[in-house]
Amino acid sequence: MSRVDGIHDMGGMQGFGHVQQLTAAPPFAEPWEGKAFVIGALAARISGTNMHAFRYAIERVPPREYLAGYWNRWTIAAQTMMEDSGIVTDEEVRARAARLSGQDVPEPPPPTPHKPQMPSGGPGNLRTVDAPSAFAVGDRVRVADLDPTGHTRLPRYVRRRSGTVTALQPAAVFPDTAAAFAGENPQHCYTVEFDSRELWGPDAEPFRLSIDLFEPYLEPEK
Amino acid sequence: MTSASEHLDPALRVEALASLLTERGLIDETTVENFIKTYEQSVGPMNGAKVVARAWTDPEYRAWLLADGTAAIAELGFKGPQGEHIVVLENTPTLHHVVVCTLCSCYPWPVLGLPPSWYKDPAYRSRVVREPRQVLREFGLDLDDSVEIRVHDSSSEVRYMVLPERPAGTEGATEEELAALVTRDAMVGVAKVAAA
Repeated sequence: MSRVDGIHDMGGMQGFGHVQQLTAAPPFAEPWEGKAFVIGALAARISGTNMHAFRYAIERVPPREYLAGYWNRWTIAAQTMMEDSGIVTDEEVRARAARLSGQDVPEPPPPTPHKPQMPSGGPGNLRTVDAPSAFAVGDRVRVADLDPTGHTRLPRYVRRRSGTVTALQPAAVFPDTAAAFAGENPQHCYTVEFDSRELWGPDAEPFRLSIDLFEPYLEPEK
Repeated sequence: MTSASEHLDPALRVEALASLLTERGLIDETTVENFIKTYEQSVGPMNGAKVVARAWTDPEYRAWLLADGTAAIAELGFKGPQGEHIVVLENTPTLHHVVVCTLCSCYPWPVLGLPPSWYKDPAYRSRVVREPRQVLREFGLDLDDSVEIRVHDSSSEVRYMVLPERPAGTEGATEEELAALVTRDAMVGVAKVAAA
């Protein structure tokens, strides 16, 4: 199982150097990137899963491959979802790649599809939650010290930090359960604002950081 | 054949996947081509630029946009994937918003299209939540110390777009002329809009 502390959870990491130059490049530098985009964008539908599972698949890409380029990890993740649902196997993909490169290798038989079955509450991710929200604008909250296995949208750099709720966002499908096909489990969602010194210590650049956090990630500040 | 842990050239992987999926009737060439064309030609920062230009010239629209970004943007015809709930942040002479997604590369597709390379790059994702002023300086935006910076990490389904400041010297410009000035980078908050 992947943990939250993966390579994808980059907020605050050091050592990546200078930011790239701002250029007005087109979305796809080469034709294969466009095709990669479409395969990834359709992967949830083809594999009978959802976008949370797609993000989780990207998070499970080994760090070396993750850092080898955006469309590289995107494509590997799309394939992972299709493998998980029995649409393709890695052996098939590699055999087909070899054949496309002119090697005469045998092709293994296709797998039997086994898509996950998770009831959907409708299109998109916004939902209503009947339970009243636990927090209100102005409330002080602390981010729970969670260390979940699997997918989460709680970045590690805000874990155990305290901030202020500045907005209630629409309730939405809970990514942590939806990515595992354990149910949409809709949750309230809050914009929480942190002082930079709370996150990075007394010598931090002065600024405020806002981030959107689902209710299960939060507890009242003691 | 390569082993499962061996790096496969991504272009080749894409070709292999596309070939298998086409054979199985799961994708077809026309759909793929139309999809690509849509994001190359119709869904991009020119959409967001129209939203910004309208907000600069129509105070009522601006107020609506800041209160209910999703609806005001849909009014101009822009909606779709990654735009279920869009919040618009107004930059002012004293407050500067900048947007990131540290966990992946969430981005408001209907108004800005697909994210540019620098937005998806580890350097931007890791650093802008830790030293935004320095990152903006590296991009060529040197903000005065008196300007407050607010960084927004797109960690839920909410997508953020920045309404940049209208540049001085554009008083007589038409909405169309203004839209031509607005850049993608200004709508993420890593640049300002310059008069032509």
